[in-house]
Amino acid sequence: MVAVTPETGQESGLGADLGAQLAAAFDAAVAADERVEPRDWMPEAYRASLVRQMAQHAHSEIIGMQPEANWITRAPSLRRKAILMAKVQDEAGHGLYLYSAAETLGTGRDELLDKLHSGKQKYSSIFNYPTLTWADVGAIGWLVDGAAITNQVPICRCSYGPYARAMVRICKEESFHQRQGFELLMALSKGTEAQHAMAQDAVDRWWWPSLMMFGPPDDESAHSAQSMAWRIKRHSNDELRQRFVDIAVPQAEALGLTLPDPDLKWNEERGHHDFGAIDWAEFWDVLKGNGPCNDQRIGQRRRAHEEGAWVREAAAAYAEKHSAHHAVQNTATNEEAGV
Amino acid sequence: MNAALALGDDALVLSHRLGEWAGHAPVLEEEVALANIALDLLGQARVLLSLAGDEDELAYLREERAFRNLQLVEQPNGDFAHTIVRQLYFSVYQHLLYERLAAGDGAFAPLAAKAVKEVAYHRDHAEQWVLRLGDGTEESHRRTQAGLDALWRFTGEMFQPVEGLDEPGSGVDREELRTTWLTAVTETVERATLNLPTGPQSGGWAAGAGRQGLHTEPFGRMIAEMQHLHRSHPGASW
Repeated sequence: MVAVTPETGQESGLGADLGAQLAAAFDAAVAADERVEPRDWMPEAYRASLVRQMAQHAHSEIIGMQPEANWITRAPSLRRKAILMAKVQDEAGHGLYLYSAAETLGTGRDELLDKLHSGKQKYSSIFNYPTLTWADVGAIGWLVDGAAITNQVPICRCSYGPYARAMVRICKEESFHQRQGFELLMALSKGTEAQHAMAQDAVDRWWWPSLMMFGPPDDESAHSAQSMAWRIKRHSNDELRQRFVDIAVPQAEALGLTLPDPDLKWNEERGHHDFGAIDWAEFWDVLKGNGPCNDQRIGQRRRAHEEGAWVREAAAAYAEKHSAHHAVQNTATNEEAGV
Repeated sequence: MNAALALGDDALVLSHRLGEWAGHAPVLEEEVALANIALDLLGQARVLLSLAGDEDELAYLREERAFRNLQLVEQPNGDFAHTIVRQLYFSVYQHLLYERLAAGDGAFAPLAAKAVKEVAYHRDHAEQWVLRLGDGTEESHRRTQAGLDALWRFTGEMFQPVEGLDEPGSGVDREELRTTWLTAVTETVERATLNLPTGPQSGGWAAGAGRQGLHTEPFGRMIAEMQHLHRSHPGASW
């Protein structure tokens, strides 16, 4: 990225034309696939759009811990329990990377969490569905993480450097989770009749919500065009959704499971799978807060935060006491040394 | 292999309790830290239980009276201070024990040598939090002191001999372990401006019979949850 910082802009005396010239330089740099870095000038709307998207992404990692953590204490083997614990731990880590990346845009983690807790910022609608059986853990790994990866791999080339770099790290771990989810479902599908039925039931319940993860259809997506122009996004919602369906169909066959869509079939002419209509009324309803678990998810998140307030206050008080103590000691040492 | 069960069950049960924190921690960094400690312990449990038999059979198909863990590790999480005090009491013990086992030439030396690095981290994590909470705010001080008092009665059990572990050459001398543990815990607790229980409250010092399969009431409910799915599908693979 060209080093167009406000300082260099002012030094070179661009005056009244500064704004227009910065905007032109920004557009040219983005068009040339250069990376925007935190100190570079950027349009306020670009900054706001990134904060919105990155915060929503971070929140999704944090809320997304809940449906899976729901099964940690009931995991049916120690190996599966270890895998699941590691995965939920990774998600907390992804949340941390993403909040840090968002902070490079001048916002703070506390502020973002407040917006999550007050409902001003959203998280992925998928996490408002409940995990009712052990097989749901596998379906989430295979389908939900699969959809997330399809969405996120292109973000590794996003125009904003810190977001792109966070995604490189996150996608590596997500791919691993997805393979584990697939393998979990495979064990169930090839297991007893009851296990196979459990796997099929989970896939039946998670398939459509996973397709909704790509967002509204292109003609109803408010942010898509601008995000694509800024190279925050690389592909449209519908393109990514189609890509995901094309990947998932042969995987379902390999698993010996069916997908709950009578209209799903290969279209030779398009070279893609056709699939049935998504229930967009349900999508918008869940997004508005009326899904099966919206209140439960946000309620648990708020409770953890409120019940943890005294712990955070204690850590802050301790740090203050001891850094003050430290500073006094340093001053004394410096005085002794005649500094 | 009574000793492998005793050590393995300690790690398994504490790991399970820490797993209950997922999604409920006071700060994101602690989501990572608590899960990380839980995973280390689960890894230790798997190795130890495998020395005694099949890890899943032992974890999922034994009844309450056959578990050999300390009563301390099965105690419910309570608030964050309660969990941290449980971690302090146990991880200092486990660290000292594993250091000694690693230095000895008993059957557990190789395992202890590997685990001691993890446990040193757990101990550091617990000690740092006891300092922050004890010397933080009035509320955090009060809650941490309450945790120290409530869990104290479960600490005596750690210093009862375990068959197959306290053998000549194993490196473990329970009386020495007890003294060293008490010195280390006292030092941290005092630096944190807190007090270890004394007087009548310390009468519970020798209480507890988890090693004999006698547990506290919350434990039955904990393993009911842990074992339910596995037991519902006899013979299935996962």
